[in-house]
Parts: sequence; C-alpha cells; structure tokens
Amino acid sequence: METFNVGKIEEFEDKSKKVVTIGDEEVGVFRLGKEFFAWRNICPHQGGPICQGRIFSLVLENIDDKMESHGRIYDNNKVNIVCPWHGLEFDIRTGEHPGNPSISLDPVSVQVDGDAVYLLIEGKN
Amino acid sequence: MDALIRPAIEHPVQEINTTTDTRDYLAKSRQDAERKGYADWLIVDVDAHHVETVSWPEVTSFIEDPVVRDQAKMYHSERVGAPPYGLNGDLGLRYQDVGGRIPHQSSQREKVTDTDVHRDVVLTRRAMHGLGVDYMVIFPTPMLFLGMHPQTEMEVFLSRAYNRWLTEKVLPGDPGMVTLVVLPFNTPVEALKMVEEFADTPGVIGYCVTSTRYKPVHANEYMNLYRAIEETGKPIAFHAGYHWQDPSLATCNTFLGMHSLGFAWCNIVHMTNWILNGIPERFPNLKSLWVESGLSWVPFLMQRLDDQYLMRQSEAPLLKRMPSEYMSDNCFYTCQPMEKSNMKALECTFDMINAKSNLLYASDWPHFDFDTPSVIYDIPFLDEQAKRNILGLNAASLFGLNKNGPK
Repeated sequence: METFNVGKIEEFEDKSKKVVTIGDEEVGVFRLGKEFFAWRNICPHQGGPICQGRIFSLVLENIDDKMESHGRIYDNNKVNIVCPWHGLEFDIRTGEHPGNPSISLDPVSVQVDGDAVYLLIEGKN
Repeated sequence: MDALIRPAIEHPVQEINTTTDTRDYLAKSRQDAERKGYADWLIVDVDAHHVETVSWPEVTSFIEDPVVRDQAKMYHSERVGAPPYGLNGDLGLRYQDVGGRIPHQSSQREKVTDTDVHRDVVLTRRAMHGLGVDYMVIFPTPMLFLGMHPQTEMEVFLSRAYNRWLTEKVLPGDPGMVTLVVLPFNTPVEALKMVEEFADTPGVIGYCVTSTRYKPVHANEYMNLYRAIEETGKPIAFHAGYHWQDPSLATCNTFLGMHSLGFAWCNIVHMTNWILNGIPERFPNLKSLWVESGLSWVPFLMQRLDDQYLMRQSEAPLLKRMPSEYMSDNCFYTCQPMEKSNMKALECTFDMINAKSNLLYASDWPHFDFDTPSVIYDIPFLDEQAKRNILGLNAASLFGLNKNGPK
C-alpha cells in the first residue's frame, strides 16, 4: 500500500472534486461536507472519464399523498457525479447508480490526516 | 502517516465541458484503442455527425435558387435570435445534453488553430484519432428533420446545398471522411437528380434518406430512384430520427421515452413497407442500410412480420421467402446505440440478423448515446474474425472502401 498526498482540505470546497494521476491510474477525490470519497476515473458503462464529469444533486419526482406528480425536484443531500460521455450518474457517497446499484464505481481508500487528504493505493511501488 | 508519502499529480483536465478538446474528451477511448491494437484493424465508423448549422451561412451560400440564397444571406446577416435559415428542427434538440450533463452533445467550442482545412475536418480527425477509426461516414444533425419540413422545396434547396458544400469544401480535407448524399426524398424527381449528380463524386459512398417523414417508401414514384441507386452499386441508408410532434410520440413527456421509441419507430414503419411490398424482390441488387435505430427492434419485427405473413400471404404476393429472411439477407444494420443489458438477447439478435456479414459498427459521435469500437471488440460471444468484419470489413465490402484504409 502506498500513500499519495492529494492536497490540503482547504483546497476542496463542499461538493467539489480533484482528479489526480498516480502512475497509469486516474482517481477522482470528492468532498461532501466533512467527508471525502475517492473513485477510479473509469465509468463501468463504457470506460468513460466519470470523475471528469459535472456534479449534480439527485433528481426526484415530486409525488404527493395522492400519488399525483408535481414535477421534479433536487435532493441536495444526495450528490451525483455524472459521466460526461453518456450521462450515467453515480452517488458520490456510495458509488452506485441511482437506478441500478449493481452498476457502481471502483473505490479507492482515502484518508484525512491533519489538514491534508491522502489516497492509499495498492501495488504502486 | 509515514515518510513514504508521494504527491499525486493533478490531472490537466479537471472537468470536461463544451470547450474541451475532442482528444481530451476521448482520451480514454484512445488509450483503449492502443491497448487493443486497433492500428492493425480496419475500423469504419458508419455513422458520425457534424453540426452543419455551425457553418450554416457557408452551407446556404450553396443554395442554387438566387432569391432563396439571398434571403438566407440577409437573414443571417441581420436577424438576431433566430434559428438557422430554412431549418425546421425539433424541440427534442433542446434536451439532448440532459441539462448540461453531457457537454459534447451541446457544443464543441474547442480551440482549432489549423486553418488549412475546414474546422469540421479538424474536429472529425480528432474524433477519428480518439475512437481509433480509419473511415468516418459524416452525417448532418439538424437537417435530419428536413423530411418533416412543410415546404418540400426547402428540403430540395438545403439538401443540394449541403451535399455540394460538404463534398466541395469539407470532404477533400481528409481521405478518411466520406458521406452518404442526403436525398430530398419528399420530392422523388429531385432525389433522382441528386443520385445522378453525385454518383461519381469523390467521397460519396451511398445515399441517405432521413427516416423521419410520412412518405411511404413503396410508392410507385420511388421506383426510378431505387433503380438508379441500384445501378450505382451503392447502398441506400435510412437514417433514423424522431419527431416529437408525431401524434403517438406526443404522449411521451420525456426525451428519454420519446427518443427510445422514435429512433426505432420510423425505421420499423419503413422496413415493414420495404419488405411487405417486395422492394428486395423488385431490386435484388439494391442494398439497404438501417442506421441509428439500435438492434433490438430487428428481431421483434422479424418475428412479428413472419407470424402475420403466414396468415395473410395474399397481401404480400411479391414475397418468395419469409420477411425475416429478407431482413437478414438483403438488409444491413448499424449497431449503435447497441442495447447490451442482456447479453443472451444480444447474441440471439446477432444470430438473427446475420451480424457476421450484415452488421456494421457506428459510433454516432458526438451524440449522447455514442458507442466506441469497444462495444463490439468486448463482446464475449464473437470470434476475432466476426469482430473484424463488424468493425470494418463488412463496411468496406458494402461501400467499396479500401481494406487497408484511406490513402
């Protein structure tokens, strides 16, 4: 396991990301509130650069008690990264596609120590 | 943390947007192409697009009618906030990028400094490099809706102008760029003229009917056109599209629903009429190519037509074989957008359409549902020869392209 410094915490705004290269690997590091998440920059759909996409909140259908729809709204507590190739969305916390959790991103260990953010990657010696 | 901490390197492209260079956009596809050794394969992309309306003042300067040409010129020089002259378009064009989620569908505003060739040549070369393809067949985009234009003469004006502009100003820029001439199908006599006019034009490898239209493909007025195309030895392609104002599709409230059905529906209707009216029997050497409807509609229609045909043969007396046999033997298909959520269904589809000889790879770049060559290369049930056929050799045979690539 090897450790890589991806920067200081203060470099990450809430709901932002940084994409880094480590050897032949690319990893996206995301901040949501005080938490950090890291995913390999490969979309499970067609291999697109998922982490280089845009960040959007999850979209919900606004259904009332009578099951009538009143359009769509954002759930700002659930934030997705969207693949710029074909638009597949993945929850930044879980790495799962909102409609099919079996389609998911490949995780990378991320740690916060002191004021910095680190990635822990195997086999990079 | 221990002392063996190394810095990660910040990626030069943090977020892909409408100004991102196509080479950066497709960097992962390029890496895949190098890993898989596409350089040793012939890869033909039978359906890619450019946005002709970016060059619309250039295109409309090729309109032959002097009054209409001047109208277009004045319109583009003085009118503000209006769509390109003469085009009808469709409201679905506003939704293609899923609200900014897929930037390359919105716009390619990347920097181009090479002025030796048209900007579209540069963008196409970048896409060809990224996808690892040798030939790219170029189609327009908003013009795909011209079949629904209320002024049938506008389809004639604009398609001839576009064909002339493309073959004179764009295609000469790269031998790998080829096209299927857009036919003004709502005016058969003009479509026939177009076939004759462009039959020997360099870069023209076939003819294109945009499928979004209500003309019956079996009408007698098209027989001279089909005969002429058959005599050229080049195929006729039906390029699918959608039309959200179609009464049945107008019930769909999402682009997702309308697009899923629309791109298949128009070719389902045309194929049904094509087969049941015996066009393959009337013109046995005329090769038809069905573009951008995906593949899952084909086994559905094969089974549906076969089932009904056996009970109502007298309504299709020209047929000497089952409808599905014409569809698998006389018709060619492009794969994109290839439905692959059920690999067993895909394998069955490939078997039913005779994919090893009749299926052609297409990317549909730069649209939101584009496919890289890996969608074919990675299929587990195909052997290498079948993959080579589908990715390029079938297209080379159908279009008469050089199997060693463009020179």
